[in-house]
Amino acid sequence: MYICIAKIEKLTVKENISTLLAEKCVGIAGAGGLGSNVAAALVRSGVGHLVIADHDTVSRGNLDRQFYFSDQKGHPKVYALQENLQRINSATRLTLFYGRVTTGNARQLFSGCHVVVEAFDMAPEKEWFALWMTENLPHIPLVMGSGIAGWGLSEKIRVQRSGNLYICGHQLETNEKEVPLMAPGVGLVAMIQADIVLEILLIKNDPSL
Amino acid sequence: MTITLNNRKETFHGGPMSIARIMEEKSFHFKMLIVKLNGKIISKEAFASTLVNDGDRLDIIHLISGG
Repeated sequence: MYICIAKIEKLTVKENISTLLAEKCVGIAGAGGLGSNVAAALVRSGVGHLVIADHDTVSRGNLDRQFYFSDQKGHPKVYALQENLQRINSATRLTLFYGRVTTGNARQLFSGCHVVVEAFDMAPEKEWFALWMTENLPHIPLVMGSGIAGWGLSEKIRVQRSGNLYICGHQLETNEKEVPLMAPGVGLVAMIQADIVLEILLIKNDPSL
Repeated sequence: MTITLNNRKETFHGGPMSIARIMEEKSFHFKMLIVKLNGKIISKEAFASTLVNDGDRLDIIHLISGG
């Protein structure tokens, strides 16, 4: 009897979560190793609307860690990702932008989002985007990835919080030629970013959960 | 003085210090950084001229390539 009640209560909470997440919009800047995997986790979690921006196409070298398949080589990542995400849940609303995120279009892309995930490749892009978001859309939480290369560092991965800024990763400087990006490390940071997004969307919106 | 640096209490000898000096003392040598003093973003150009006082909160965040 107790187990039955526990199950019913759990279901109720899950239904409550589904309703909340279905109304949420998350922006994802970059659809590489972090962005593509964050997107998949958020679609599986039931987030209703994703805004995904990326300028790149799928290459063979991406397949070791990014959420793409070998028959998608040469396709723009945003469209390949749309295809893959729709196979998980065709009801998720996807707004796609095939091009570079710039100071000229970032507001149009992300101002309607409840949370934005930074998933760019290069540190200079991460820097301008974080500064731009903090100055122009300070009310929108920004979940960044920093330090994802290598292996055996899972215990060093952490989340640094500063106001509306969340930085996930090991934050250890690595030489990419010697320490490559590997699927487990990239996936770990991506899943932590997705988890922080859920924390922001659920707990901050409904403290009773 | 005692400040909160990246969520940890840190004590430095003497009074107010510039952000640049704190970064030097604590060996923050990364090129790409985000620095927030009491929640406000500080630009790179202002690291040398911005003073950190006792009780301030300083966040220095490394940004590393890979995505």
